[in-house]
Amino acid sequence: MAAPELLSDEGYRADGRRPAELRKIRARMGVFAQADGSAYIEQGNTKALAVVYGPHEMRGSRSKALPDRALVNCQYSVATFGTGERRRRPRGDRQTGELALQLQQTFEAAILTQLHPRSQIDIYVQILQADGGNYCAGVNAATLAVMDAGIPMRDYVCACSAGLAEDTPLADLSSPEEAVGGPRLVLALLPASGQIALLQLSARLHQERLEAVLEAAGQACRALHAVLDRVVRERLREVTALLGD
Amino acid sequence: MLTSRTFLKRTRAGAVVKVVREHYLREDIPCGAAACRLCPPRPAGAGRGLEAQPSGAASSLCPGPHYLLPDTNLLLHQIDILEDPVIKNVIVLQTVLQEVRNRSAPVYKRIRDVIQNPEKHFYSFTNEHHRETYIQQEQGESSNDRNDRAIRVAVKWYSEHLKKIEDEEKIQVIFLTNDRTNKEKALEEGITAYTCEEYIKSLIANPDLVDRLACVSDEGKEIESGKIIFPEHIPLSKLQQGIKSGVYLQGTYRASRDNYLEATVWVHGDAEENKEIIIQGLKHLNRAVHEDIVAVELLAKDEWVALSSVILQDDGQNEDDIENEEEKENILKTSVNKDMLRPTGKVVGIIKRNWRPFCGMLSKSQIKEARRHLFTPADRRIPRIRIETRQADTLEGQRIIVAIDGWPRNSRYPNGHFVKNLGSAGDKETETEVLLLEHDVPHQPFSQGVLSFLPKMPWSITEQDMKYREDLRHLCVCSVDPPGCTDIDDALHCREVENGNIEVGVHIADVSHFIRPGNALDEESAKRGTTVYLCEKRIDMVPELLSSNLCSLRSNVDRLAFSCIWEMNHKAEILKTRFTKSIINSKASLTYAEAQMRIDSTTMNDDITTSLRGLNKLAKILKKKRIDNGALTLSSPEVRFHMDSETHDPIDLQTKELKETNSMVEEFMLLANVSVAQKIYEEFPEFALLRKHPAPPPSNYDILVKAAKSKNLEIKTDSAKALAESLDKAESPEFPYLNTLLRILTTRCMMQAVYFCSGMDNDFHHYGLASPIYTHFTSPIRRYADIIVHRLLAVAIGADSTYPELTDKHKLADMCKNLNYRHKMAQYAQRASVAFHTQLFFKSKGIVNEDAYILFVRKNAVVVLIPKYGLEGTVFFEEKGKPTPRLDYNNEVPSLTVEDTTLHVFDKVKVNIMLDASNIQHQKIRMVLVEPKV
Repeated sequence: MAAPELLSDEGYRADGRRPAELRKIRARMGVFAQADGSAYIEQGNTKALAVVYGPHEMRGSRSKALPDRALVNCQYSVATFGTGERRRRPRGDRQTGELALQLQQTFEAAILTQLHPRSQIDIYVQILQADGGNYCAGVNAATLAVMDAGIPMRDYVCACSAGLAEDTPLADLSSPEEAVGGPRLVLALLPASGQIALLQLSARLHQERLEAVLEAAGQACRALHAVLDRVVRERLREVTALLGD
Repeated sequence: MLTSRTFLKRTRAGAVVKVVREHYLREDIPCGAAACRLCPPRPAGAGRGLEAQPSGAASSLCPGPHYLLPDTNLLLHQIDILEDPVIKNVIVLQTVLQEVRNRSAPVYKRIRDVIQNPEKHFYSFTNEHHRETYIQQEQGESSNDRNDRAIRVAVKWYSEHLKKIEDEEKIQVIFLTNDRTNKEKALEEGITAYTCEEYIKSLIANPDLVDRLACVSDEGKEIESGKIIFPEHIPLSKLQQGIKSGVYLQGTYRASRDNYLEATVWVHGDAEENKEIIIQGLKHLNRAVHEDIVAVELLAKDEWVALSSVILQDDGQNEDDIENEEEKENILKTSVNKDMLRPTGKVVGIIKRNWRPFCGMLSKSQIKEARRHLFTPADRRIPRIRIETRQADTLEGQRIIVAIDGWPRNSRYPNGHFVKNLGSAGDKETETEVLLLEHDVPHQPFSQGVLSFLPKMPWSITEQDMKYREDLRHLCVCSVDPPGCTDIDDALHCREVENGNIEVGVHIADVSHFIRPGNALDEESAKRGTTVYLCEKRIDMVPELLSSNLCSLRSNVDRLAFSCIWEMNHKAEILKTRFTKSIINSKASLTYAEAQMRIDSTTMNDDITTSLRGLNKLAKILKKKRIDNGALTLSSPEVRFHMDSETHDPIDLQTKELKETNSMVEEFMLLANVSVAQKIYEEFPEFALLRKHPAPPPSNYDILVKAAKSKNLEIKTDSAKALAESLDKAESPEFPYLNTLLRILTTRCMMQAVYFCSGMDNDFHHYGLASPIYTHFTSPIRRYADIIVHRLLAVAIGADSTYPELTDKHKLADMCKNLNYRHKMAQYAQRASVAFHTQLFFKSKGIVNEDAYILFVRKNAVVVLIPKYGLEGTVFFEEKGKPTPRLDYNNEVPSLTVEDTTLHVFDKVKVNIMLDASNIQHQKIRMVLVEPKV
């Protein structure tokens, strides 16, 4: 058996997408009533849930409170049933810890934390089903959840991954594509300003190609932004209709 | 932005986990027909697609315009037909392509090339992603059946789709399949389907295509007598189970060159025992062909045999003569020594066929007007192949290429089909072609695509080129090469600097300036890997404009170079090393003899000569140092032909003579290579391309030590240094040639030096040169490895930018693999070319007697070396039709007693040399011992 091809000569990926195409996105905001904000997103088979509490007073040790801005506290986890093989993952292992930290950095950059000094914002992200681009789905869900909670942000944070097949950049990698093991770039972008909240690269990528891959990831993030924006407006219309009654 | 598409889940329940894959079905995949207005336009650059008015061969079966759509098996077996320019407008389905890809990489590559060719109008249709042609595997349906159904669905879709195109002429889609059930099903569904044979035979005015038709007919309808000769092959799935449980062993099948009823199988894996398994007898060989990957079952111990030393050639003309074979098999079993018995087995199944097209000749059938003939391959390890052709008369006496199609159980020989005619046998051009093909040397002229990347003539050095270069045109640089050399890739200079030290420079042609990474020129050179020097011609790695002109460091013209400049003291110790891209202007291109003459001359005192003298002095010191470190000076007889300038026939043979200047140039090249290796490894520890020469295992030296002992000499082999020293001491006053013979023997004990990527290995040592690190830098015109090293070095000194493939160690490792393979094949091709010219030489010379030395002693023969011609040959003591002489072989003191004469290693003998032309395919040099007479 030959190794799997990322991109056929005809220009189709194994799942039928073209290089720049994203997987199908479905999203909902306000899935839980008791949390301050919540959202659910599906990107292909990757499903993520995000819940936001806050801003509220500091819990636990008050000494951690920051005098000039709010503390963003993030947790990231993958459900035991989220992968093909059921596996218990106690939180706090190195990988999820690192991803939680990245999530925190991403949202500290996006949320206007200085509006809520000495308070805390909690973001909990759980991946219900993992099929590639888990972190990105988590960020996108969290953006919607933060908006649902009504916390002021600079902009949307849209995250998307991109890879490389020979010379062609591929947007939004699925798990079989990630498994091939090429370079993978994860970008979290504030689309309106074009500012980068997070940029991560795993495996080697030659400098000459960085620009092309980054551009593909940026395009994908902007496309994602359009979808998320539609979801937010839809939600807004629903809520205002309710209020109007 | 994104169109909303139907979303399907494809579940594949494996043994362990359930895998869920998304599968997006599309509506925007074009059908590829030029006249189609229903489909979205095809993306640019995706080939030309199918013609609106299909041209191509007219068929009597379907006179109207039509497209062809082959299934997987047809494509796999009949690729030769599909590649013919007559066949155009073929739709290749993605399902078919994927199946081909999994089953045969070479065929996949070929069909991809055909699809790329705009003249052929092949179109690959991505049916698996198309909404209307994708089908799901049904419960209980095998994946093969599912794929067959998918193909039929696609054919149906196409015929309906093409009907919708409103055109005067309706284009038909013809489904080609050789599978009977598939064809029946297709016909039931209302699809026009033919077998390949039906279609090709219906082609008007192209009867010769029928010859190329692969004969894979359905099993049932063999015309042969129904007698089954071979046992059945076990299916692959069962083989894999058997291999896992250890019932069967997997290995590479290697047919014996001398005995067609015998073969060995090299078992893959680590187990020391059972490394090699003997297979004996037609039934046990069971249709395996040389180089196939096979599964073997071991026989019971009492059935084990020893390798027979009998030479048997398959010359039976009558194919059904099986009884005869059994008789022959009995010959093998006689006289077996008990402790010589080795594991013996039988082939139970084929894991992977490794068939390639074979060169050879037709043995015409004796029956007049017969269509079936036997083909005898040039390689004796390949069985004869039965082909069907109507042009036997024209093909007789010609070298032809034939491909194997299959080997049914009831046939003595495999079936094949004719591919190409190379020309008449014995002809020099034809034989060279055969030699190149058999050694897989890419030798086609460079394509237009490749040539388009050459610099435009007239070429001159521009300001741009000067940017990162040092101008060294003022230096007194000269080159020293063999006479008649047109691809000069190195030049030297040497001068004294103010502080009394000596500056030495090695200047290498800057090929990487002209060959930019990733373009067609670069890819072609990488594929060729090396320039191949045959006796009368050179197969260039880079186009001639570069090899003989722009890159060649000819005298008195400005040339771009890559320079390695050292500052040394008078003890030849390196004080400073510097690398730079440069421009040089060589003052003289000398031959070794001319340079030697200048050094020795007492009257000449010009710049060039003093520079040469300085170089020579340093080279001697360097050489001494190297040898003190334990570098080996080995010897191998090299010959050169004096060619007739008009007929290019060899008129004289001469062994190469080595002058002091040869070693002078060599010494500085070695030094440059070592310096560069250090630099690139320091800069790129993970992906430096280096060359290593592993130390041989001690057992390799057995033969050398024994041979030396017989002459009362001791050879120490515990280290390279000890070996070098003991070789130096091994002199015999009454036998001056002994030392050279010992060195030749030592060469035979060595391992092959190989290229490797530094990140993938941790043993860098070069045994022969006694250097901890080594690479190739000095011959970029004729070796691709040097081009890569140039690029690495250019990046290291900031003269050039890097590119992605250069810093990918897996790609580099793959490249090393190809380069090592090409180098090996080039070497074999060179040897074969020398052998062929030796034959030509002795053909014209007639029978001669020459002095020779015995190099090896075998059980029934001795290998002799004739120093005058550098020629090595085997003297057999058994002859057909004569009683075998009494032979007594002694392994301890390598010697062979024939009747009453005892022959030892290194004995001086006289042999009679003549050309044996009894077999036109395998003309060979025959040697007979004249003195001592046996």
